[in-house]
Order: sequence, then structure tokens, then C-alpha cells
Amino acid sequence: MELLIALSIGVLVACGVYLVLRASTFPVVMGLTLLSYATNLFLFAMGRLAIGVPAIVRPDAAGYADPLPQALVLTAIVIAFGMTAFAIVLALKARGETGSDHVDGKGGESS
Amino acid sequence: MMHLPILPILLPLLAGILLLLLRPLGLQVQRMVGFAAAFALLMLAVWLFDSALVGQRQVYALGDWPAPFGITLVFDQLAALMLLVTAILAVGALWYAIVTEIDAQGSHFHVLFQMQLFGLNGAFLTGDAFNLFVFFEVLLLASYSLLLHGGGKERTVAGLHYVVVNLVGSTVFLFALGALYGALGTLNIADMAAKVAALPAEREGLVMAAGLLLLLVFGLKAAMFPLYLWLPAAYARTSAPVAALFAVMTKVGVYAIIRVHGTVFGADAGNLAYFYAPWLLGLGLITLVLAALGVLAAFRLRFQVAYLVLASVAMLLIAVGLHSETGLAAALYYLVHSTLLAGGLFLLADVIVRGRGTYADRFDPGLRLPHHALLGGLFMLAAVAALGLPPLSGFLGKLWILQAALEHPWRWAVLATVLMSSALLLIALARSGSVLFYKVKDHADAADPELPTQIPAFGMSLVAVVWLLAAVPLLVVLAQPVAEIMQQIAAQTLDTAGYRAAVFDPAVGGK
Repeated sequence: MELLIALSIGVLVACGVYLVLRASTFPVVMGLTLLSYATNLFLFAMGRLAIGVPAIVRPDAAGYADPLPQALVLTAIVIAFGMTAFAIVLALKARGETGSDHVDGKGGESS
Repeated sequence: MMHLPILPILLPLLAGILLLLLRPLGLQVQRMVGFAAAFALLMLAVWLFDSALVGQRQVYALGDWPAPFGITLVFDQLAALMLLVTAILAVGALWYAIVTEIDAQGSHFHVLFQMQLFGLNGAFLTGDAFNLFVFFEVLLLASYSLLLHGGGKERTVAGLHYVVVNLVGSTVFLFALGALYGALGTLNIADMAAKVAALPAEREGLVMAAGLLLLLVFGLKAAMFPLYLWLPAAYARTSAPVAALFAVMTKVGVYAIIRVHGTVFGADAGNLAYFYAPWLLGLGLITLVLAALGVLAAFRLRFQVAYLVLASVAMLLIAVGLHSETGLAAALYYLVHSTLLAGGLFLLADVIVRGRGTYADRFDPGLRLPHHALLGGLFMLAAVAALGLPPLSGFLGKLWILQAALEHPWRWAVLATVLMSSALLLIALARSGSVLFYKVKDHADAADPELPTQIPAFGMSLVAVVWLLAAVPLLVVLAQPVAEIMQQIAAQTLDTAGYRAAVFDPAVGGK
């Protein structure tokens, strides 16, 4: 499971960085989304991976999962959603004002 | 007294919500409420600063959960100083936005302004690395919208770059926090410091990597080399009061480095003690050289001022990178000077722009400005202070930093870079001043369609400029007491054992 999680984080980050560097607003937003997925997985994994153990106190529990990373991931997800929505609106505004979806607003790959 | 540390966070938040509800009543009501809230924040900051100087750290446990389980706010002298500088800057910037009616160019200016203050104050007060991230996001989201306020193509493109760069920065921030949590099992700054002090040797590499990743993020906010490229366009293309308020945003990055790295990787951190300082010093020196070249190469006044902000941040990074008590005290003195000066310069540049009509802030000879003697005098004052020539506060600040550098092994590199870059700034600002004020045309050309004979709301907008630039002579006249206060603040900031004790045992610091 560790290998799988590590691989998923690595692949997500690699794809995210590649897309952000594409310098065209739609891939950039997609890249940011992938990067935020990667951070969420990473934060989650940093609380140590455990299967089937509760995060809240129960009398019959054999062990506990670390609840703090789950709280952090929740906050991070909310913030990432808000920021992505803002980036999309801004990208649309830039597309409308500059007539191009290149992040510099110049020629390039105008759609 | 118990609930005082949370007031600077609650006041702008509640004012922002109130302003949102007041929107149907029109702009005038919003202006009055917004300015009253900013002014009340200033009064509160003055009072808190005064009480911080005589008292000890105050620790506020939200929901009464003791550290390290709950969220803690730590109010100490450094936080109080940052709150005070922010409040002074906010009052000036908001006044300017109101009298020049820049706040009417788009909706929700006043709400966003208060939210920006909410985020800034929160970032200064929090004692928890994850909440630092949350408050960074709050202040960034407000700054994105403020940056775009008023619209326009250039502003949108600069804003898009700023937003994307900062979103990537936030991602890296979370990776750094995740790695630190994985290695240390806590995100409370005081608790992290305690865990690093007792770190097993095999985890040192991981913690160091996470610390450097965190330095990268704070360096991005502070516009440290090589992460400064977003700054000039974003600061030069936004509206003047927003740019003036942003003068403190880069300092938030420097503050976060002092607070987080200074506490977690402080003197008690064993092998990791001050491992970040050489990085800071080296990158600060490179940033300073590039900032000086940028000031020299700028072809517009507002870009030049933006590069001056970069130069001031570079001086701060150098001073913090010296990691001595004198260096930190000098850095704090220079921080107050450069933040208020940069705010004043952005506002002054905007007054000049509005007096030059279609020439705007390009360095082309235009017609003689209205009130040229007064504006020229103020520009000269600000330029001398920014360069670090005697007798103004920039000189004292730079001198103090250089003095602190004399005890450091890299002293010759620091001395040479600072003095050479000051010479470059002198050349650049002398050139721009002479183009703006001396090299003027006698008659309007046919190519100049409309040139103003008067600057609208000149007197009222000058009040804000003078309010911010007044810090420059004041810091000289009061140099002795101010320096003593800065030394006291630096001593308390470097006392990380006291910080930890105050957080874990409220009885120690919570009186």
C-alpha cells in the first residue's frame, strides 16, 4: 500500500507540474487541481497509513488513526476548492479581456 | 486583558462582515465604517504595542484547549510591532483610496480591504504552522481580488501570474507542513521547536528538507531570488493604495522566516541550529544585486518603486541571515522604515502619475507638474531615504545592518554588495528624479491630447503620502528610543526557550 500511495503522489505531482508549465490557462488550472490532490494525499499519508482503525475514541478500539491529518486535509480541500474556483473565473476573465488563453495574454495558442 | 490578543483578528473580520451587510446603503456609509474600523485597529495596535513592551508574551488558547492540542495565538513584541506597522499603513492606504475614489472603481473594495487586514493580523498572531497557512490563504485570497480591483487588461494578466504563482506556493507550503508533521508529529511552532531539539539523528535530513521547503515558500512570499519575478509587474500594475498595502505583504514572508525558522531551528536545535541562515544571507545578496539592476533598468516610475520594495526585502533577508541579535534588531528597524516608505512612495508615484496626464509614469520628459516644488521635494526626501543616504532613516538602518555584518565571516561580501547596490540605486533615482522634475517641456505638443493643470483631490491625497512618509524623519529624530525598543524586541524574539515556556505553561507568559 505504501508503494501505491507514494507512486500516486509522485505521478500526480509530475502531471501537475507538467500541466502548470504549459502556460495556457486551462492546463494550468488542471495542473493546480492535480497538485492539490497530491498534497491532500500526502498530508493524509503523513499521519501514518492504517486500515480499519477509528479516529475517534471507542472503548473496544485496538488502535487509533491519527485524526489531525484528516482535519488538515479537510481544511486544505476547502481552501483548494475556493482557490481553484477563483483561478477558473480569473482565467475566463483573462480570456475575455486579452482574447487569448496564454497566461501572458499574448498570441501563442489562442483557442 | 485575557481576550486582548484575539481582538486584532476579530475587529477586521467583524468589520468586513458588517461592510458586506451595509452594501445597500451606498458607498459613503461603507467608507465611513471601513475607515472607522481601520482607525480603531490603529488605536488598538498602539495600545497593544504599548502593553507588549512592558509585559510578557500573552498566549491565547482558542476554545481553551491547551497547547499543543488546540490552536494557540501568541502575542509578543514582534507580533505587536508588525500589527502596528500594518495598521499605520492600512490607515494611509485606505484614506488615499477614499479621497481619490479608487474604491469606487469596483465592488467590495472595503470588504476586501478588511479581509486583507484580517489575514495579515492572523498571520502575525498565530502560534501554529497550519493556521499560518490558513491565514496566508485568507490574506492571499483578499489580495488577489484587491490586485484586480479596477480591472484592465494589464492588471488581469499580472493578476493571473500572481495567483498561479501563489497557488503553486500554497501547494509547496502544504507539502512542507506534511513532511514536518510526519517527522515531528506536531504543527504547533513551540512544540515543533521542542521536538527538533530532541530529534533522533536519522530524521535530521527529512526535517532539514522540510525546513528548506518552508523557506522556499516564505521566500516566494518575500520575493527572494529566484522567486521574485512575479513581484514587479503585480505591484506596478495594481492600483496605488493596494500597492501601498502590499508593501507589508513581502514583509509577512520575512516575518514568517523570523518566527518559524527562528523558533524551530533556533539555538537549541542541535545540528540544525540556524542551518537556514547561510541560505538566507546568500540569496539575500543575490536578490539585492538583481533589485538594484531592476531599479536601474526600470522605464516606468511604478516599476522602479516595485524594484525598490525588492531591494528593501533583500536588505531584510541579509540582516536576518546574519542571525545575530544586532542583525535582527537592525532588520526590524529597517522593516518599519522600508514598509512605510514603500507605501508612501507608491502613493506619491500615483499623485505624480495623475499630474502627468498621458505621460503617466513613463520616464519621458512631460510638461511641468502642478505643485512641482512640493512633489519634487517629497520625491527627493523619499529617494534619499530609500537609497540610504544620510541623514534619513534609510541611512541609519543600512548602517546598523552593516555594523551587524562586521561580526559575520561574510562581512566583505555583504559590505561590497550593499554599498555597490546603493550606488546603483543612487544613479537610477537621480536619473528618474531629473527626468520627472527638471527635464520638462515648455509647451504642450500637438501629440499631447489632454494634460491636467490641476491634480484632483491633491491636498487630501497628499495627507496620506505625508502620513506614511512622516515615518522617515520620525525614525531619525526618535532613533535612540526606537533602537532600544528594537533591541528589546529582537532579544525577546531570539529567546526561544521563553517562547516555548510561555506556550506550554500559560502561567509563565500569560499574565
